[in-house]
Amino acid sequence: MDFISILSIFVLACFVGYFVVWAVTPALHTPLMAVTNAISSVIIVGALIAAAAVGLGGSGAVSKGLGLVAVALASVNIFGGFAVTARMLAMYKKKERPAVVSK
Amino acid sequence: MGPGLRRGDDKGSGMEHAISVNPWASLAYLVAGVCFILALRGLSSPASSQRGNRFGIIGMTIAVVTTLVTHVPTFRAGIDWVTVAEILAAIGIGAAIGLVTARRIAMTDMPQLVAAFHSLVGLAAVLVAAAAYLNPQAFGIADMVIPMIGQPFAVIHQVSRVEMGLGVAIGAITFSGSVIAFLKLNGNMGGKPIMLPGRHVINLAVLAGILGLIAYFTTDQSAWVFWTITALSFAIGFLLIIPIGGADMPVVVSMLNSYSGWAAAAMGFTLHNSAMIITGALVGSSGAILSYIMCRAMNRSFISVIAGGFGADTGGGGAAAATDRPWKRGSAEDAAFLLSQAEQVIIVPGYGMAVAQAQHVLREMGDKLKEHGVRIKYAIHPVAGRMPGHMNVLLAEANVPYDDVFELEDINSEFAQTDVAFVIGANDVTNPAAKTDKTSPIYGMPVLDVEKAKTVLFIKRSMGGVGYAGVDNDVFYMDNTMMLLSDAKKMVEEIVKSLD
Repeated sequence: MDFISILSIFVLACFVGYFVVWAVTPALHTPLMAVTNAISSVIIVGALIAAAAVGLGGSGAVSKGLGLVAVALASVNIFGGFAVTARMLAMYKKKERPAVVSK
Repeated sequence: MGPGLRRGDDKGSGMEHAISVNPWASLAYLVAGVCFILALRGLSSPASSQRGNRFGIIGMTIAVVTTLVTHVPTFRAGIDWVTVAEILAAIGIGAAIGLVTARRIAMTDMPQLVAAFHSLVGLAAVLVAAAAYLNPQAFGIADMVIPMIGQPFAVIHQVSRVEMGLGVAIGAITFSGSVIAFLKLNGNMGGKPIMLPGRHVINLAVLAGILGLIAYFTTDQSAWVFWTITALSFAIGFLLIIPIGGADMPVVVSMLNSYSGWAAAAMGFTLHNSAMIITGALVGSSGAILSYIMCRAMNRSFISVIAGGFGADTGGGGAAAATDRPWKRGSAEDAAFLLSQAEQVIIVPGYGMAVAQAQHVLREMGDKLKEHGVRIKYAIHPVAGRMPGHMNVLLAEANVPYDDVFELEDINSEFAQTDVAFVIGANDVTNPAAKTDKTSPIYGMPVLDVEKAKTVLFIKRSMGGVGYAGVDNDVFYMDNTMMLLSDAKKMVEEIVKSLD
């Protein structure tokens, strides 16, 4: 991909992000932070590339090692982030009986 | 995008743009990006939110599997199982730590957890950028140069150097900033701002140094340039968050959320990976919008928050005069009587409720009052607590139905028709000085009009303390206010007992 195609994706995604995030209900802002945190760990893609690369020479081996550490860190985030989001979202309940006693 | 953009392959460096060679992989990354959009889209209502989270998990799985399938090296003998085992072990360790933490964490500690998670994204970004710097060919961002004399060496593309420099800088700032935010939120470090003399000059100089070095990096890919950028960025993250006080933490946490997104986007540019770019843009804008909402809710500019120092020592004039004025003290029995006689009660929770862990007993009180035929509503100020939506999560944890919980704009007009406003652990967000007193540091901040209710019950530890803004609250001294001086949880427990 050339730079302009990538930049196009980025700019359009910023607009999508703008509209999608404004639509998020304020009551779910904490889960929003948790889930954005989990998905920003998509940086694991870069970590996997480094970890899977054939490490030639000293810097190659170091690069592979850094990649593996990054894979572990990003995994903490991915699993922890999605799990804690799921835990929070499970707590948001509707009223069981819509009728309020008084009225 | 997609195929047809692989001109680099013809230059004799077979590795170039290796990332996007496979059009199916590009397509898969795009699908992952779309899943992430749907994940955020799901959060528009609690009903669809769990489905949204599942989309996020699906997107992440697609991204990880695609990368593994296209990048795990294969030899003539087959797959390189050693590498596969190493990677799976790394994922396994991370998964175990993540899942255990997610299960054990108390909901009141959510701000710390989010700050800690941000720091991990930042550190991962730094490590990935460093790995890309050390082994650029693996990432397809360098050309091999074979000189007449000496070893062949990789020359990193200039655009990639800028992207890499930005990625490592933003990642490092996210990391060190989040570590400080975590220490402050977790109480390992005082919530009071720490002010260095001349910090604005230092910060600007460091920032200029980073940008200058990134520019210089395009002409010289020496190791010292890369590592100096990294070191300076770690330093600036630390310096930026140190002077910011506890009450401004909702903005800081949102801002770091945004940075972690931009770091992912910068690395996405380096790797030409659409999933990373889409995600980075989503997360970046999400954090930016949350910061904006938080700033607006405090009527402060983003710059003034970043400049820091709010709530340090605002003269203390208002605080000193605090106890001179007459005020009324009530007991739990008085409060229980007033509450049970009311037609409608609006509960205003704040950070103090979280600290006292009073949300469960508060919901119990609400249930008891509903049995008495009282209508219960909860009013949430956007900056109540230490992160956006903090109060909503705590109330949800305590099984308060979310249709009883209202945002400031939706409920503020109702205080005038309300019998009792029950303020628990909140202070500045109820201060009418924000509406009337132009000299008040919180002037212009939207506040909850609790003083319009027939009676205000205000739970507070003691009369001496003031809110984070360091200003006295006129609500304490009004005729229709009854102060309930005690620990929030203990007071509500006593009220519940008196209601029986």
